[in-house]
Amino acid sequence: MKHWAIWLPLALFGLLFAVFASGLIAPGDRTIASQMIGKPLPDFDLPQAVPDRPALAKADFTGGKPKLLNVFASWCVPCIAEAPVLAELAKAGVEIDGVAIRDRTADVQQFLARNGNPYTRIGRDDVSKIQFDLGSSGVPETFVINGKGIITYQHIGEIRADQVPMILQKLKEAQ
Amino acid sequence: MIRALILFLSLTLAVPVAAQDSLPPAPYAYRQLEDPAKEKAAQDLMMTLRCLTCQSQSIADSDAPMAGDMRNQVRERIARGEDPEAIRAWLIERYGDWVSYEPRVTTMTWPLFAAPVVLLLLAAVIVRKRFTRARAQGGKG
Amino acid sequence: MIAEIALAILWLAAALAVLQLGLGSYALTTRGAEFLRAVRPIAVVQGLLVAVAFALLIVLFLRTDLSVKLVAANSHSLKPLIYKIAGAWGNHEGSMLLWVTVMGLAGGFVALLERRLNERTMVATLAGQAFVSLGFYAFMLFSSNPFERLNPAPVEGNGLNPLLQDPGLAFHPPTLYIGYVGLSIAFSFAVGALITRDVGPAFARAMRPWVMGAWIFLTLGITAGSWWAYYELGWGGWWFWDPVENASLMPWLAATALLHSVSVLATRGALKAWTVMLAVVAFSMSMVGTFLVRSGILTSVHAFAVDPERGSFILTLLAIYIGGALALFGLRASTVTEGAKFHLFSREGSLVMNNVLLVGVLGIVLMGTLYPLVTEAFGTKVSVGPPYFNPVSAIFVFPMLVIMAAGPLMRWRQDNGRKLTNLLAVPALVAAATLALVVVFGGDIGVLPLLGLVFAAGLAVASVLPLWKRNLRRTPAHIWGMVIAHLGIAVALAGMASESAFNTEKLVASEIGQSHTVGPWTIELQGVRPIAGANWTALEARLVARYGDSNVQTVLNPQARMFASPPTATSEAALLTRWNGQLYAVLGEEGDDGRWQLRLWWKPFVPLIWYGGLLVGLGGVLSLVGRTARDLRRKGEPELEPASEPAAPKPAAGGQEALA
Repeated sequence: MKHWAIWLPLALFGLLFAVFASGLIAPGDRTIASQMIGKPLPDFDLPQAVPDRPALAKADFTGGKPKLLNVFASWCVPCIAEAPVLAELAKAGVEIDGVAIRDRTADVQQFLARNGNPYTRIGRDDVSKIQFDLGSSGVPETFVINGKGIITYQHIGEIRADQVPMILQKLKEAQ
Repeated sequence: MIRALILFLSLTLAVPVAAQDSLPPAPYAYRQLEDPAKEKAAQDLMMTLRCLTCQSQSIADSDAPMAGDMRNQVRERIARGEDPEAIRAWLIERYGDWVSYEPRVTTMTWPLFAAPVVLLLLAAVIVRKRFTRARAQGGKG
Repeated sequence: MIAEIALAILWLAAALAVLQLGLGSYALTTRGAEFLRAVRPIAVVQGLLVAVAFALLIVLFLRTDLSVKLVAANSHSLKPLIYKIAGAWGNHEGSMLLWVTVMGLAGGFVALLERRLNERTMVATLAGQAFVSLGFYAFMLFSSNPFERLNPAPVEGNGLNPLLQDPGLAFHPPTLYIGYVGLSIAFSFAVGALITRDVGPAFARAMRPWVMGAWIFLTLGITAGSWWAYYELGWGGWWFWDPVENASLMPWLAATALLHSVSVLATRGALKAWTVMLAVVAFSMSMVGTFLVRSGILTSVHAFAVDPERGSFILTLLAIYIGGALALFGLRASTVTEGAKFHLFSREGSLVMNNVLLVGVLGIVLMGTLYPLVTEAFGTKVSVGPPYFNPVSAIFVFPMLVIMAAGPLMRWRQDNGRKLTNLLAVPALVAAATLALVVVFGGDIGVLPLLGLVFAAGLAVASVLPLWKRNLRRTPAHIWGMVIAHLGIAVALAGMASESAFNTEKLVASEIGQSHTVGPWTIELQGVRPIAGANWTALEARLVARYGDSNVQTVLNPQARMFASPPTATSEAALLTRWNGQLYAVLGEEGDDGRWQLRLWWKPFVPLIWYGGLLVGLGGVLSLVGRTARDLRRKGEPELEPASEPAAPKPAAGGQEALA
């Protein structure tokens, strides 16, 4: 066997070791980020989720003011934790539109009654269609949409209280 | 190990009843298309799309609600006459290459396709060198 | 009390391992040669002690001794006996103890039984085995103590998850373990032989039964895992190229190549470098597998104890053991460069090609499994799954099947091809006929399944050809073993191809009393009723199935089960097996309109997949038994087999040589 071939397995192992070590040192995150950042919101027109809030469509986002689009559900546990933070954002003048994923009207009403209702409009999506359109892979997720209907930022998971300044900053950047 | 094994099982074959939506599955999540050719095209596509909320499964064999919703999307679009590759491209546009098991040849993935070729060439080189040298050493190698 | 005794015994075993390593290494020097004889007994006692410690762990689980942390976390007084025992190894610490137990026992048995090998090589092997064991002993004793106490002891254990009380799930892991870890002794043999520069037929003969034994367990373990996934997961899939599945496949690929190489080295004195390299690679793949599974760096449905700290420890062990062995291989290259010479077109040549192709598949599987990790380091996420692995592995597997058909029929050293072409005409014809039949009658099936069916047919015929013109009752067991194992591969391939090609699926929302067809079956949903079991309640459907025009009706009862604690729902599929396939029925949810979701599949010839796997294992057992019996009969010096061996009183007319 040629001399160089003898050392090939050891070299390959070195490479393998490097791959493993990098996997341990810098573990990748398990979330799947949307690739739609910077792209326009897809067309959509969702029915009303609850009687006391209007339905939601793309046209609501092209009015010139940056808004938050919050994807949530009554059966989603982190959404409960997020509710007070959204209330705080709403109080700060941020307009939040929501989409209830796979939810019955009664359940959404109960959720809002219990956790507060920061939403201006709420659409209902029974087959996760808007999620696929947005590149969202779970609940809760929040998208910053600028005045022209372009998605500028995706926040995966619930917004924590300490992340409020960051969200406000993203909204300002979207002006 | 047991705890994680339970997690595995609960994600694949058992469904934790607590955090679960109460709506029925999407119309085409568990319903086949009428046209067998279209259903086959849909099935072939679904076997190669990755479930977004599962650990590592195709949407064709997962009971997760989101997998059902994805199957619904695929079937509805195929029923409308969309090309499977167009549907795949639509999903990749939103979620990146991660969502498709069918690897494309890109700047990131070309080594995957080069590897079998390289391995075969390497094998040919090693085998040839061994047998040519053996033959050079005289007769019955 | 028992836990403390067990821990003390474990420490003692570890200390003996240190002694085995130290004394063994010293004994290899010229000054220490007088200690050579002392090493074997130490290895035997070490094996014995660690086995006792493991037995004591099982005793603790049997008695549900809740003062032991491991038992409290993983067991329950109401668990059935068999699952209490299985609980001992169904966790991280217990499985690590099983790891060192298998290593210790393997070393002990080798020390006790292997007498043909040069004493220095034996001692070097035992020292190597101790060296590898010590890493895992350290891992266990310093960070994963199985005998840790819990004070105060809880009233009841935690481990009553009903999902884990399944026979397949209880016994699939230890079968695989014995396989993986059994390969450690091959690794140690290789390292020992490199150290003493003694790579030759004697070394191969000593190593062969261990490789064979470990390989049999691996084959059976993987087959069992695939079967379990098929019937339990509710969708009829049997292989997903999931990272953890790949982690079990890679050692199997290396072990298969090693198996073939070591036989050649034992009988023909050739393939030295291949044998040593494969012995190192096989166990390395076992260690890589355990790293992948326990470190959490890959996303997998199987992901076990995800703990990066444990991952780092194992990675360090990998660096020491694999890096060390490969470096040793490089340094001792001269030990493995001479060997008996042979032509490419010969049985040895075909075995070299076989090795090359198997290593090719191994390389592809390794690369595909790790690729997402690499791209993520560069910021993109990709998924590599069946659409990549199936066609790319086929590139290597189909040529390998041709070699599997032709190789056993070739002569050693050099074959002139004449007899071979005559013999292979039959399988070639069968393959061509199958191609014609499937193309005409099979309908629209994909290229890969078509090729699978064709090659399976050809290989099935070719694998029995070595028996042609032999006196079957006097044919050695290991020849039967080879024939049956290769036939098993053909059978399994036929099952896989048939399932891909002819699988039909029906998803329906059915009313009570409605009938549906799937394939040749007519199935009527007669009712759905609630039913209760030991720790579950379920909705059970009553399906009545008829095949074709037959009047015979069979009842199927798929269930949707609900367990109370923790509240989980599972689906129990109902399977109906016929000679030509399996009917697979799953009960889904009730819709708002009162109709029930039913998932029905007709999978032609799918059980062949696992029957094939069992055949492969059986072939291995026959081979192992045959060779061991032969070796016990010929207790003298190992000899190189000549190029042509008189096989039997009725020698094969074409001068076929036995893989003697």
